[in-house]
Amino acid sequence: MRASPAISVAVLLVMAAPLRAAEIPQEQRRSGFSFMASETQAMQHDDTTNPGMLWVLDGEKLWNGKAGAASKACADCHNDARVSMKGVAARYPAFDKRLGRPVDLEQRINLCRAEHQQATPLAYESHDLLALTAFVAQQSRGVEISAGSDRELEPFVAKGHELFMQRQGQLNLACANCHDDNFDKHLAGSAITQAHPTGYPEYRLEWQSLGSLQRRLRSCIFGIRAQPYDYGAPEMVELELYLMSRARGMPMETPAVRP
Amino acid sequence: MASALINVPAKAKRGQIIEIRTLMSHIMETGFRHTAGGELVPRDIITSFVCRYNGDEIFRADLFPAIAANPFISFFTVATESGKFDFEWIGDNGFSESASAPITVE
Amino acid sequence: MMQEDKTTRRRFLSLAGCAAVAGTIPIVTLRPAEATPAMLASAIRNVVGSAEVRTGKVKLDIPPLVENGNTVPMTVSLASPMTGEDHVKSIHIFNEKNPQPNIGNFYLGPRAGRVQVSTRIRLADSQKVVAIAHLSDGSFWSATVEIVVTLAACTEEAS
Repeated sequence: MRASPAISVAVLLVMAAPLRAAEIPQEQRRSGFSFMASETQAMQHDDTTNPGMLWVLDGEKLWNGKAGAASKACADCHNDARVSMKGVAARYPAFDKRLGRPVDLEQRINLCRAEHQQATPLAYESHDLLALTAFVAQQSRGVEISAGSDRELEPFVAKGHELFMQRQGQLNLACANCHDDNFDKHLAGSAITQAHPTGYPEYRLEWQSLGSLQRRLRSCIFGIRAQPYDYGAPEMVELELYLMSRARGMPMETPAVRP
Repeated sequence: MASALINVPAKAKRGQIIEIRTLMSHIMETGFRHTAGGELVPRDIITSFVCRYNGDEIFRADLFPAIAANPFISFFTVATESGKFDFEWIGDNGFSESASAPITVE
Repeated sequence: MMQEDKTTRRRFLSLAGCAAVAGTIPIVTLRPAEATPAMLASAIRNVVGSAEVRTGKVKLDIPPLVENGNTVPMTVSLASPMTGEDHVKSIHIFNEKNPQPNIGNFYLGPRAGRVQVSTRIRLADSQKVVAIAHLSDGSFWSATVEIVVTLAACTEEAS
């Protein structure tokens, strides 16, 4: 089976279609979970079989471990994450007053490390950053997503929406072409979902590893033959913010399992 | 840092058949992939998994590159006496991890 | 325009020079050396020797259409009294088209209580998977399933 013919057919269909401005109606919104086979859903559903839990366990160790020149653990300020972090990931990316812009969970963790632990920032997609992010985000499992509701975030959500709608790259495709207009169809054997990031960081079978939303976005943008934004770029965070606000009301699933 | 996720019932009745589930963090590099430069990425897998119940081997597995990353293995055993389960994973490049879980059998 | 390719081999397209795992070694999967039916037969022979392999008893549960060939849930089971005189000694799993014919071997014994082992396997392409159980009376029993594996839509990007 080859990717190229399937993608070219999809491109022909989609290039011809006018770019609709409408988002998916509320009552039709579904998590990526619902697009999966029952075996993959079972893998996510059970903490004893969910590979993402390996990172959550490591994250718990890191949470309790001293770090940086200040030799402080996250737990020293935040105590029991089960209490202090509950609901946090569901409202991220959040507005940072000092920077005057939104930051995502990974950036917040690194800002905390620099400021309060005097520790070096953890690299994007490093095991430790993924583990800590997964541990924090898992405390919000089941909590409804509320990201993007602050007034201050409005211009950034709008920017993220613009990025979602803009055609880009060699295939001149916008995210919306697939994820608003063609969800539930298939692209080369994979279901096209509605792009609701309900379970990040997630264990992706294709990666055979846990990974962040930014990794997934870079992968997607590369897939449409466009230049992906760097990790941590403002466009990345704006896209993350828009996507999370698009999923408002849906429960967090971290750590999700996806194909 | 390797971590294992073990699931063993804390309590069981004598003679009860119990399920044991294990998840071990490991890349399971097949040895069949190549870098962009054409070099072979060397194999790095877990090759063997053993479970002992109070010292007696009750389950063993040989793993090959076709076992997926972060190997999940589940199996059954009869709860005979209180004590503990010891788990051991051995693999390429001197990989050796162990874990244990207690059980109370009444 | 690309040539029509008759095989169904899973293949990652090499784009702009490389497709890389984020942050680590750039990896491309070229066409891997394939297992052949002869390799499969030989791997089975290593386990059973010249003994007859009968079809039946052992049950192999794998979704017929897999979500992703990297991680395929598999359960192998067999109804057996699992006593000292009548039990399953081992189960061996093989495949037809991965670069190597073996997947895993599981060693049981009467203390298992129930013969049911689950794991996750990798399947490089649509192919047969074979399970062979070795019983305490020396007999071998097999089950074969045909699995369809589709190519994922997007390859990993160069980081």
